[in-house]
Amino acid sequence: MNNAEDKLLDLTAAVRRYVTDGCHLSIGGFTINRNPMAAVYEIMRQRVRNLHLYAHSNGQGVDELIGAGCVAALEIAYAGSGRFAPTCIRFRKAVEAGTVAVEDYSNYQMTLRFLAGAMGLPFLPTRSALGSDIIKKWGFRASRRKSDPRLPNHKLVVIDNPFEGWGNAQRLVLVPAIQPDVTILHVQQADRQGTVRIEGLPFTDVEQAKSARHVIVTCEELVATDRLREEPERNQLPFFCVDAVVPVSMGAYPTACYRHYDYDPVYLNNYRQAALDDDRYPDYLDEFVYGVESHEALLDRIGIDQLSRIQADPRTGYAVGLDRR
Amino acid sequence: MPDYTGREMMAIAAARQINDGDIVFCGTGISMLAAMAAKHICAPSSVIFFETGAVDSRLEEVPLAVADSRVMYGTAVNGSLADSFAVMQNPWTGRRVVGIMGAAQIDPYGNLNSTVIGDYSRPRVRFSGSGGACDVASFVGRTIIFMQHEKRKFVRQVDYLTSPGWLGGPGQREKKGLSAGGPAAVITNLALMGFDTQTRKMFLQGCFPGVTPRQILDNMSFEVDISRSREIAPPSEEELRILREVCDPQRLILN
Repeated sequence: MNNAEDKLLDLTAAVRRYVTDGCHLSIGGFTINRNPMAAVYEIMRQRVRNLHLYAHSNGQGVDELIGAGCVAALEIAYAGSGRFAPTCIRFRKAVEAGTVAVEDYSNYQMTLRFLAGAMGLPFLPTRSALGSDIIKKWGFRASRRKSDPRLPNHKLVVIDNPFEGWGNAQRLVLVPAIQPDVTILHVQQADRQGTVRIEGLPFTDVEQAKSARHVIVTCEELVATDRLREEPERNQLPFFCVDAVVPVSMGAYPTACYRHYDYDPVYLNNYRQAALDDDRYPDYLDEFVYGVESHEALLDRIGIDQLSRIQADPRTGYAVGLDRR
Repeated sequence: MPDYTGREMMAIAAARQINDGDIVFCGTGISMLAAMAAKHICAPSSVIFFETGAVDSRLEEVPLAVADSRVMYGTAVNGSLADSFAVMQNPWTGRRVVGIMGAAQIDPYGNLNSTVIGDYSRPRVRFSGSGGACDVASFVGRTIIFMQHEKRKFVRQVDYLTSPGWLGGPGQREKKGLSAGGPAAVITNLALMGFDTQTRKMFLQGCFPGVTPRQILDNMSFEVDISRSREIAPPSEEELRILREVCDPQRLILN
């Protein structure tokens, strides 16, 4: 809860203040859309370590954080970047090598876990995953769960419907709430106070933000409060949920931001090649992450020619006819 | 007869399974092509629906992920994940949904693995994980599964049961507390597989042109009934034209 009038902060300061070693972090977006990539790259540059990361179906953001060695534990439904990496590559390598602990849920379960956190409830029920190994197999051992006060004692719990057959359900799966230390979103518009407008699909960003103790919002456009309040029904997040507002042009790059720009197939293909090759991957990090001082500097390196190719067409919200091979 | 690829046959075979009026839940990749093609071939009033919350997207270009901005254009509603999964969990709407999905492994009852090969705690190969697949498989009226026909993919027992099919056989879904729906078809690069309404076991429903039932069995780690197999019609010129010119002119998914 933060009522400050002006929450403008630069990205370096916002990450330094809220994203600390060992903190529980959640990032918004979905696979290759609206990942808060500028913030992800800043976390990597600040060499934050031992993050406990939550996402539902994230791609590029999760993979880069894992690739840079920032993540110790991950609770997730899906790690993939669409056709560019059906399974995220550094994620796959880290899990196979045993360097990141993973707990698997379904996408709806992760969504309900954020929603429970947002609602102040310990858990929410669903009928998803009954009979599956998501119920039976636990990534975090029971002993780890008991000894870590930041983890619930159970991955999930199956119960008989306490209302007997009411609602046509015999059994239910209870999934525990998530309350991250910080959630980071990238959105189209925000004002200085932190009111947020997301265009296109909101994914689970709103629940992820409301479940967190602190929220950093990076935005394409900083908009006057009066303008956002002309059409409040288009705003999703009230200002008191937000702690830091950071205007970052193309802050989701190389993932897409509806009505602003598309994902960059050239960058994502280059990333895939580098991620597959353990010898090349440090060079990728040096060139595109550690070797640039800010997101703006990364965009300068990519160059105006490539960036103009992915600019969204105003009619459709994406780059029509973009060569996506 | 026109030339066509295995992937083109798969996409068209799946499109033919979609009924007019179905709400089609699409995963990534070839399932999107099948849903797009179905709207032009056999199911003009089917509705394409994504777990990301996009309802009835106007797909002028093929999306490369379910969160691609292309799914957000021209929709009826851009909802959230909480909305989209509720549509499937709600029996009134959920039973009208047909889910199309892929996996790394499938067993004789259509249970799917998209999580790991080997031991879960230290896997030999790690995949993306469930995403929405387990939710869809748990909730909706009918699912269609895409698979490559290989011994290592059609296995007696999946290494990790990510998405429930018919579980252990008749009555098992209800016993565990799942919806009455379940897998209806498996579409591979060689054949169309169905599930027996009594035993819930997979059987060979039809071979693609030029494929023999023997070839099907040679590419599976378990036996299936082949007595009901018939040859499936090849793609028509019109079906191929729609797939190539309307759905995927850049051949982003077809190649």
